Amino acid sequence: MATETTEAAVGACVDAGGSALGMPQLCADWMPNQIFWLVITLIAIYFVMSRIALPRIGAVLAERSGTITNDIAAAEELKTKAAEAEAAYDKALLDARAEANKIVAEAKAEIQAELDVELQKADAEIAAKTAESEAAIAEIRDSAKQNVVAVAKDTAKELVAAMGGSADAKTITAAVNARMKG
Amino acid sequence: MAEEKAEGGLVFHPLDQFIVKPLFGDGPVAWYTPTNVTLWMGIALLAIIAVFVLGSRGRAIIPTRLQSIGELIYGFIYKMVEDVTGKDGVKYFPYIMTLFLFILFANYLALIPMSYSPTSMIAVTAVLGFGVFICVTILGFVKNGASFLSLFWMSDAPLILRPIIAIIEVISYFVRPVSHSIRLAGNIMAGHAVLKVFAGFAALTLVSPVAIFGIVAIYGLEVLVAGIQAYVFTILTCVYLKDALHPHH
Amino acid sequence: MEGELAHIGAGLAAIGSGAAAIGVGTVAGNYLAGALRNPSAAAGQTATLFIGLAFAEALGIFAFLVSLLLMFAV
Repeated sequence: MATETTEAAVGACVDAGGSALGMPQLCADWMPNQIFWLVITLIAIYFVMSRIALPRIGAVLAERSGTITNDIAAAEELKTKAAEAEAAYDKALLDARAEANKIVAEAKAEIQAELDVELQKADAEIAAKTAESEAAIAEIRDSAKQNVVAVAKDTAKELVAAMGGSADAKTITAAVNARMKG
Repeated sequence: MAEEKAEGGLVFHPLDQFIVKPLFGDGPVAWYTPTNVTLWMGIALLAIIAVFVLGSRGRAIIPTRLQSIGELIYGFIYKMVEDVTGKDGVKYFPYIMTLFLFILFANYLALIPMSYSPTSMIAVTAVLGFGVFICVTILGFVKNGASFLSLFWMSDAPLILRPIIAIIEVISYFVRPVSHSIRLAGNIMAGHAVLKVFAGFAALTLVSPVAIFGIVAIYGLEVLVAGIQAYVFTILTCVYLKDALHPHH
Repeated sequence: MEGELAHIGAGLAAIGSGAAAIGVGTVAGNYLAGALRNPSAAAGQTATLFIGLAFAEALGIFAFLVSLLLMFAV
């Protein structure tokens, strides 16, 4: 280089001005030096690489891929668990719905039964009332009939009397009864 | 590097950035001298340790930023090795990872201004390339024995063409390490030399805006090239390794 | 004189870079054409794409290297 010493002792490949004579690459004086240091460097790199760096990085990469595989497996497991939980939840939901339906049906049936009972009772009451009423009506009718008979008897007796006849009670009763039946 | 010399002409020294200098003193460069090559290789080593050892110190399941950079590179190269060479190539993964990281970090650190680029030196890349070539060839013969030679013998080609194809295959096999290493060094060297040439033009007031824009553009390209060349070197290593492990077409 | 010839040779060798550019463009363009026809197959072929690019580019780098050698090493 320009700052190179001007001493000629540097070697046969450098001129007095410090410039290269020919190609420095081809200067045989310098080759053993480069080769020696290159071999040393390569051996050093090789040992550093093969003893320390490469096994370490390989282990780290293997560990990482192992971790990732494990994590994926764990995630898969969790996913399965989640699916199971979902299935269980669905089942519980279905059960609950069925239960609810059952309860609703039971309640409905109970209510229906109660209703039926009440209806029956009401019907019975109504029937009783009706019977009672009918009885009362029959009684009223009977009494009315009797009254009619009595009135008819009386009327007939009076009519007979007014016509100048006389009739005993027996004949009149028989006649009225015959007319009533007819 | 360009200086306005006394004569007034522009003088380019685009290759001066590749000069190897001792770190301490000015003596000659012997094979053991700590030089700027050593310095920047050391910085690359420290950067790799920082990202891959300190970054992954926490061994965190949820990574920190530095750790995720390391994991990304790890996963990228691991997948490349597995895809290209098959399952039985995975045990050579640390070797390929070493090559990739060294080239990647050296390339990117070389893009720091005033730094030095070890991967632009043909000696360096030749060691890498021929190292791969020799390892792969030995591995091929150890794993397959003599049947490794069937790599060159195309059994699905017409019989008359097979010897010719075999010769071509052998030649291309032996050219592999050359192209493998020259490609990396050439790319990095070319990029850095072009940057220097543009920097030299920036000394001329008239064209300096264009030159500076050119430096920015070429720098962007070099960022791309630094990554792509590391990737290409690594994937070619994987392809050669696959040929050694499965020589039968 | 010889140095000047070397510089001319370096310039001629640099033409190879342009040839490599054609090769790289062919590879990338064909990849893109194929990828647009069948985008789902594109991702698997990026490695092949880069290998092809690398082979095409390497020859340009060789040309560049020859030119550098002529400039600085001859």
